[in-house]
Amino acid sequence: MLTLTGILRNQFQTSPAQTAITLQQAGQADMPISAARLLENAAAYAALYKRHGIQPGEVVILILEHGEQLVYSFFGAVLQGAVPAIMPFLTEKLSPERYRADLADLIAITQPAAILTYPQFEVEIQAALVGTLTAPALLLTSEVSGPAALDFELLPGSSCPPDSVAVLQHSSGTTGLQKGVALSHTAILNQLEAYRTAIRLTSQDVIVSWLPLYHDMGLIAGFLMPILSGVPLVLMSPFDWVRAPQRLLQSVSQYRGTLAWMPNFAYNFCTQKIRERMLEGVDLSSWRAIINCSEPVRWESHSQFLEKFKPYGLKESALQTSYAMAENVFGVTQSDLTRGPLLDEIDRQGFLHQHVAQAAQDGQPSMRMLSSGRPLANTEIRISGEKGRILPERQIGEICLRSNSMLSGYFHREDATEKALRNGWYYTGDYGYMAGGELFVTGRKKDIIIIGGKNVYPQDIEMLVSQVPGVHAGRTVAFGVFDETQGTEEVVVIAETDEQQPEALQHIADEVRRYVTKNSAVALRLVQLVEPRWLLKTSSGKTARAANKEKYLAETILDKP
Amino acid sequence: MTDDMVAQLAAFIAKNILKTPNRVIAPTEALLSSGLVDSFSLVDLALFIEDKFGVLIEDTELNAANFDSLEQLAALIRSRQ
Repeated sequence: MLTLTGILRNQFQTSPAQTAITLQQAGQADMPISAARLLENAAAYAALYKRHGIQPGEVVILILEHGEQLVYSFFGAVLQGAVPAIMPFLTEKLSPERYRADLADLIAITQPAAILTYPQFEVEIQAALVGTLTAPALLLTSEVSGPAALDFELLPGSSCPPDSVAVLQHSSGTTGLQKGVALSHTAILNQLEAYRTAIRLTSQDVIVSWLPLYHDMGLIAGFLMPILSGVPLVLMSPFDWVRAPQRLLQSVSQYRGTLAWMPNFAYNFCTQKIRERMLEGVDLSSWRAIINCSEPVRWESHSQFLEKFKPYGLKESALQTSYAMAENVFGVTQSDLTRGPLLDEIDRQGFLHQHVAQAAQDGQPSMRMLSSGRPLANTEIRISGEKGRILPERQIGEICLRSNSMLSGYFHREDATEKALRNGWYYTGDYGYMAGGELFVTGRKKDIIIIGGKNVYPQDIEMLVSQVPGVHAGRTVAFGVFDETQGTEEVVVIAETDEQQPEALQHIADEVRRYVTKNSAVALRLVQLVEPRWLLKTSSGKTARAANKEKYLAETILDKP
Repeated sequence: MTDDMVAQLAAFIAKNILKTPNRVIAPTEALLSSGLVDSFSLVDLALFIEDKFGVLIEDTELNAANFDSLEQLAALIRSRQ
């Protein structure tokens, strides 16, 4: 059985000159990085880790922005047999205090052997290390100068057991950072084999990605898969893309890109924000699949996107879907690229009240569901009802999966692992149904809010809101509401207060927005302050998010003329 | 004239980006470095400026180093009109 280092070694020997990554950065010339350059620079990082005594199996946290050093240091950890984990870089949106607190929590649970960052960021990281019991070594990119000689025989990564942990992947937020998904070499390679088959990946493909590498979709589909498969990758920064989404289309056109992945909101974002003048000479005819995953897939989003970009050669057959999660390394299902996802028109009443997805009836209200495709060849899916009963086709229940590419566990979190894995099945917390052999994802059992493909835990938001003066601590609720225009969810916060003066209310609402945004990096806009005892609680005193969401929606609809 | 531009920018940001039309934004208030205007809204701001004032702001200029307040943004726009 192979390991990541084994595959890299093979590439270094067979095609060292082939361009592995074309790195794009706005305002700079594109930078082609060959396999040899990638691995020789990674070797320099492996040597750095070795000098600092990092042992195989130990975690190295990378706090770097999109760019060469992030890519090299990641593979350097792999070559050294260490476990890389990419942490998002501090942005303007997040307060430095919160960033430090999140980092301290991450360190307490993960117990990394080292943190790597830029010299300019050293002070910031040191501040986060104050008070941690086992302080990791703090390494700087300035300690590495240029490529180093590669000797695979001497690299510890060459002798890693295939079932050892290769990579740690976190989702964002306080809760997410405390649950690192540990993925073994075997799991990653099994996933890549199954997923490559599903999308018929060949060496003729070119993958274009703007996704962040701290996210599973970016890390696997937009980074590890192309590099480990010898498929060229054009990698741009998410920061550049969000300021100029046309860059994705321009890159696809320039490099004859064939594949890209993005969350549903990005279809709406591209459709709404790109103007014709930005697309002069753009030709999208090479694009064979744009795969929608990481948040609920919407037929409307696909259809807008197609209409807008069809004049530039976009093919309808390129619009594809997948259901993916870090706990299965990445893909769980994939639509059939030869015919696209299924569109299922179902009866709205049955869906809402009986948890079934029956074919729509004439004259009755219906809704359009888009499938996420078939299970990958290595993955089994079943839909679980109450008390673990396995449900038949078209009945809605919790999506459970079993495969040879599952997580080894949540890192240092046996409690969370035990909860999620039962008899070899991973309980996803997502609801859905099977029909015609394909999976339709309908919603979530867990209260997680997904904004633009990023998981947001409502408990994190509620905790923050409770800290704002004027708000009744513990009497607050956060949930997601789907926004049709944006094609993703928007967070709504409801908080109880005794205050009644309009100006004071305005001040508290402003403060809630500011405080939540600075401490969670979630742009919070919809804040509703309510009188005491507005919120519904369960018999155990917990806030019932779903019930409060219904109450909010009912009132909001009544308010509208 | 300048005040008018600042007012128009402020009204656009409050209504379309912050979704709170009553929000008053001071001309010197930090927009980007404070996280008030998040990165997902920067394109909207640039497109509004293009339509309203006929000035192109490049995507590489959409950061706090080039403008962080309404006053600075208005100055940038005026310098190109």
